[in-house]
Amino acid sequence: MACQGLGPNETLATLKTESETLKTKLEEERAKLHDAELHQVAEKVEALGQFIIKTRRTLKGHGNKVLCMDWCKDKRRIVSSSQDGKVIVWDAFTANKEHAVTMPCTWVMACAYAPSGCAVACGGLDNKCSVYPLSLDKNENLAAKKKSVAMHTNYLSACSFTNSDMQILTSSGDGTCALWDVESGQLLQSFHGHSADVLCLDLAPSETGNTFVSGGCDKKANVWDMRSGQCIQSFESHESDINSVRYYPSGDAFASGSDDATCRLFDLRADREVSVYSKDSIIFGVSSVDFSLSGRLLFGGYNDYTINVWDVLKGTRVSILFGHENRVSTLRVSPDGTAFCSGSWDHTLRIWA
Amino acid sequence: MAHTNSSYGQSSSSSNGVADESPNMLVYRKMEDVIARMQDEKTGIPIRTVKSFLSKIPSVFSGSDIVQWMIKNLNIEDPVEALHLGTLMAAHGYFFPISDHVLTLKDDGTFYRFQTPYFWPSNCWEPENTDYAVYLCKRTMQNKARLELADYEAESLARLQRAFARKWEFIFMQAEAQAKVDKKRDKIERKILDSQERAFWDVHRPVPGCVNTTEADIKKSSRMKQPHKTRKSVYGLQNDVRSHSPTHTPTPEVKQPTEEELHDKIQFWQVQLDRHRLKMSKVAESLLSYTEQYMEYDPFLTPPDPSNPWISDDTTLWEMEASKEPSQQRVKRWAFGINEVLKDPVGREQFLKFLESEFSSENLRFWLAVQELKKRPIREVPTRVEGIWQEFLAPGAPSAINVDSKSYDKTTQNVKDPGRYAFEDAQEHIYKLMKSDSYSRFIRSSAYQELLQAKKKVQLLGAPRQRSRLDVDALGPLRAGRHRKSASTLCSSGFRESVDVLSSTAFIPLHVSSVIYGTLLPSLI
Repeated sequence: MACQGLGPNETLATLKTESETLKTKLEEERAKLHDAELHQVAEKVEALGQFIIKTRRTLKGHGNKVLCMDWCKDKRRIVSSSQDGKVIVWDAFTANKEHAVTMPCTWVMACAYAPSGCAVACGGLDNKCSVYPLSLDKNENLAAKKKSVAMHTNYLSACSFTNSDMQILTSSGDGTCALWDVESGQLLQSFHGHSADVLCLDLAPSETGNTFVSGGCDKKANVWDMRSGQCIQSFESHESDINSVRYYPSGDAFASGSDDATCRLFDLRADREVSVYSKDSIIFGVSSVDFSLSGRLLFGGYNDYTINVWDVLKGTRVSILFGHENRVSTLRVSPDGTAFCSGSWDHTLRIWA
Repeated sequence: MAHTNSSYGQSSSSSNGVADESPNMLVYRKMEDVIARMQDEKTGIPIRTVKSFLSKIPSVFSGSDIVQWMIKNLNIEDPVEALHLGTLMAAHGYFFPISDHVLTLKDDGTFYRFQTPYFWPSNCWEPENTDYAVYLCKRTMQNKARLELADYEAESLARLQRAFARKWEFIFMQAEAQAKVDKKRDKIERKILDSQERAFWDVHRPVPGCVNTTEADIKKSSRMKQPHKTRKSVYGLQNDVRSHSPTHTPTPEVKQPTEEELHDKIQFWQVQLDRHRLKMSKVAESLLSYTEQYMEYDPFLTPPDPSNPWISDDTTLWEMEASKEPSQQRVKRWAFGINEVLKDPVGREQFLKFLESEFSSENLRFWLAVQELKKRPIREVPTRVEGIWQEFLAPGAPSAINVDSKSYDKTTQNVKDPGRYAFEDAQEHIYKLMKSDSYSRFIRSSAYQELLQAKKKVQLLGAPRQRSRLDVDALGPLRAGRHRKSASTLCSSGFRESVDVLSSTAFIPLHVSSVIYGTLLPSLI
């Protein structure tokens, strides 16, 4: 935008005041439409029955903390990455390892499966996001075909393919997100607005939309227009780092998980936080969240080694799952919603259903 | 290339008034709040001295005491949960079992003691191996049975002796000095201090196989390392790092925003204020109805048919979904909204097929082509843009689409400098058109209705399903004349026989199926 010089009556202080005033006004406007609470309206909804969710598969093979995982569109394969630099592709259904790559750096914090199922992307402390095509030949050295796509100036915290194998969206400790063309490595769009490390992102599940949400150490969750690079909405109610963001399946809302030990639901149409999922006894941070297919359940992986299952509408916790022996660092529901996978600092991944 | 943003550090403080606290500190504070409550004279856990044989065990409470207190005071319903949280607090060293190196909470008479605040993790301890060496060495100098080294400790000591061979004399001297100081203490005091010291090392040098709770997430660790706060020296061996190190920055200062940043912010707030917002009540209703609609498709809420592969180890569900014949449940979903049809490859195929039969498929084909354009490498963009223009929009285009003049003009301009979003306006217009026109026709079409009502895939392999009886019963009244007779035989005979009977009728298509009538009315938009 065109930046006018300071007018005769403007000082930095007056601008600051103006900004603060507008922000307060926005909060007031948002509050005006707060005529109901989600959990109150949801009282008429039938309560959920007892849940029996168990570990159905345990994937062992990583030599150190599992940091990230992603599902393949085929609903059974997954890719996972670890602190020891290894990226493994598994057929989670049989618990067989199908591919393994050793990255040149430790702490591979991000990994993603390409929509075609033919490639994986990963990165972390190397500040890059690299794409590895998956070969059918098990003996082929995957590292040889590696393609460096994204370059940030700090660690890569998350990456995701868009609807195509040809573009990757990344977030970084350098405070930015970026969209890249895989083939050329060209930066297509960058997203500036966070004032600290960006820790997570999620693409809107729309056929027509071009938006995504990101969360950061500045406690903000920002919604971005992929085409213009502009931040179109911003939410700031968490009290600490936002470690995970995930869209509600309709795309009208998203959930976040934070080090303040709460998960929250934000609705884009109401333009505010609509629900907080917390308990006195939950004091450790949330590392990762995801919805069940209908959006009724929110699964949260926590730093206290547990997974809490929340009733999104009623705001209550329906189940707590024990099993991991160290922090849960990553959690994702499978593409058809039949299971979810959790990865942990205890070196394992578990499939729950 | 991405660059670091300015104004690092927060000017806003959270509701509890604590700003700039790293995530770990937040958790420590919460645990310390609980500890403070546990130690409250009136409402806390009763601490007592227990007489044992000829000696006393000072300042202890039982594991059960802890669990009971937590259930009562922390709104915990399940003892398992209390045990889990308590174990975590023990693992962080806030209280510890007096007779075990392994820091867990047991819901029984096992004795626990509180850790002294000096050793709390919130003091940012990073004890060095030299300190650990002094500690282990000191232990060997004490004759008490309870202070004997465990196997793993003896191994550690041996390793450290090798590693610090050159300065071992110095370490030994320190250990002697410490042991001397300890001997001077009162017996009871010594018991308590010894156990607390041991618990400290159990946190920082845990038993092999136990979780090391001092491990940090590397993404956050740069903010946790506050050199002016980190404590490294337990026994005064090296310079306790208290002053600023020249290579580290102190707690980040709040940077003043620049004029440009403020202008940007102001503009952002103004745009936000102009945004149209929905009332919470409306939003809540919308969330409720969406969830309601999709509940039957959510495997966590409605067990999938025939089974969840992860639970039954049977992949039939996935095989069925991969087949070209969509299930009724899947077809029903297409009626929820145009996005459902566009999202499902089989849905798209059927939609396209329908439109082709009406000779009106150019809109969908244009929409699909533009979607594809956005997915391709940037290198292919100019060629594809030209291709789409020629096919759908250029004067005399073979699959001419109808766009409003404004979008048409804009697109004409865009095509001159082709980018991925060249057709964005046109695509939006076409999408709206499809939604209100083509899509509605598709859902009302007989092609769709047939898909919706017919064809439940028959399981020729595997056991006959119970459900087949219902199918067969439903057949009865709705079939004409001669088939009626067979209905009664269908009911009593096995599934396989009924299948053969069905396939012989002209009514049913060539592939075998059972027909369901009347159970689900097509949902019109």
